[in-house]
Amino acid sequence: MREQILALLERNSKMTPEEIAVLLGSSKEMIAEEIRRMEAENIICGYNTLINWDHTGAEKVTGLIEVRVTPQRGQGFDHIAERIYNYPEVQSVYLISGGYDLLVILEGKSLKDIASFVHSKLSTMDSVISTATHFILKKYKDDGIIFDQEKGDPRQTITP
Amino acid sequence: MMKLDKGMTLGKKAVALKPSGIRKFFDIVAEMDDVVSLGVGEPDFDTPWAVRDEGIYTLEKGKTFYTSNSGLKELREEIVNFQMKRLGVRYDPIHECLVTVGGSEAIDLAFRAICDPGDEILIPEPSYVSYTPCAILADAVPVPIPLKAENDFRLTPEELEEHITDKTKILVLPFPNNPTGAVMTRADLEPIAKICIERNLFVVTDEIYSELTYTGEDHASIVQFPHMQERTVLINGFSKAFAMTGWRLGYCCGPQEIISLMTKIHQFAIMCAPTNSQYAAVVALRDCYAEVEKMREAYNQRRRFLLHAFEQIGLPCFEPFGAFYVFPCIKEFGMTSEEFATRLLEEERVAVVPGDAFGESGEGYIRISYAYSLEALKVAVGRLERFVTRLRSR
Repeated sequence: MREQILALLERNSKMTPEEIAVLLGSSKEMIAEEIRRMEAENIICGYNTLINWDHTGAEKVTGLIEVRVTPQRGQGFDHIAERIYNYPEVQSVYLISGGYDLLVILEGKSLKDIASFVHSKLSTMDSVISTATHFILKKYKDDGIIFDQEKGDPRQTITP
Repeated sequence: MMKLDKGMTLGKKAVALKPSGIRKFFDIVAEMDDVVSLGVGEPDFDTPWAVRDEGIYTLEKGKTFYTSNSGLKELREEIVNFQMKRLGVRYDPIHECLVTVGGSEAIDLAFRAICDPGDEILIPEPSYVSYTPCAILADAVPVPIPLKAENDFRLTPEELEEHITDKTKILVLPFPNNPTGAVMTRADLEPIAKICIERNLFVVTDEIYSELTYTGEDHASIVQFPHMQERTVLINGFSKAFAMTGWRLGYCCGPQEIISLMTKIHQFAIMCAPTNSQYAAVVALRDCYAEVEKMREAYNQRRRFLLHAFEQIGLPCFEPFGAFYVFPCIKEFGMTSEEFATRLLEEERVAVVPGDAFGESGEGYIRISYAYSLEALKVAVGRLERFVTRLRSR
């Protein structure tokens, strides 16, 4: 049941417990309770809206930074990751296997914003060995949703 | 427009064939804008990308020639494996499987291969619109078995017995059913199988919706009963389960003697099913069942949504456990299904299909498809409720 609720909310966080109950053949109270528990257990960590910022007038630049670090004794990568993710402009931080260690996704108003974060804050941290910064030029698909998908029904109105 | 010269006459059988009731309705809808449709009989999902990608790849590679008449061997192997997995029933991919242009072609072939002129084909109704015309075109006599709402539109052994004569040759089993959404469970099928053996009937079981059932149990087929496989043509395809309607690909499995006759007709009339679609279908069966499960879950949610909505509106509707249709009763309004559907269309711009388009016993019902997004269903249900409320207030 939990997974089904999560699958629905992941697609549409606006769905009410009542609506979910109808779709899953359950009661409103049970769904509401299950959601409350999942919030308490930090399974549901928030309710976001997926926005295609390209369609707004807002100036936004997203940088994707590969960071190589020296893990610290007793703390592995967690400590350095925390020092990075506490900056509010940092959107996401992932520990990655392969050629580098941390993938940092950063949002700023301009290329300059991002560059200055990398120079002044990120590269200067003791355990950071190197960084490589990429800029996102266009988002085609995010969180499983394809942006700019054609709407409308290509089917005939009535078929047997 | 061109006209035939006087004195040139056309085939009486084709001329006399009743046009599909759906067609008539479609022509009215085509003239209108702003219609919210609940009238389609095909999935709203896109064909899984892996399947489409394979289609593109085979085109790029130039795999655009005929296949063998029976279909690609690797596809037939995947088909019999799939049936083994789903039903626990074994077919020989070489002699007992034929790939067709949709399930529809297999219906036509089966009737033509099995029937002599005058043989009777039992067709439980309401059901898909092709069985009756295909029977007529095969020079057989279609005999409808009207199914009842009180039985949840399942075929009962009594109803079957009642319609069997000396001329009865085939029983068609259209379950999970379009338009009612009815399914036959193992327990429902058992006595039917017994009668078919006693009365020596062939069975054509159209299981195109087999993957779309919501009972929580696996789909049951009549071929799972002893001695049924050898008298049954099992028809299935890719259209509904894998959202591949436009690829036009179906198949049938059955005894070699029937399949080889069907293949002979297929060979002359069709040659082979579309090559491109066949390659793509191999990927569908091999890699895409997880997507079928996802689609099934989405259909099930919509099904619950509609049943809940009808309960709120007060439209009586039995709970259908298959396909993607619900079949509510509209008898309380004192109109024919066609009048109801026409007025719903004219007054609220909602397209549904009148139940009698699927046989006389569908009169008094409408078919509502839930092969639509929840958002679309919400809009349509809102309009339907307004319509029904207005009718009741008069």
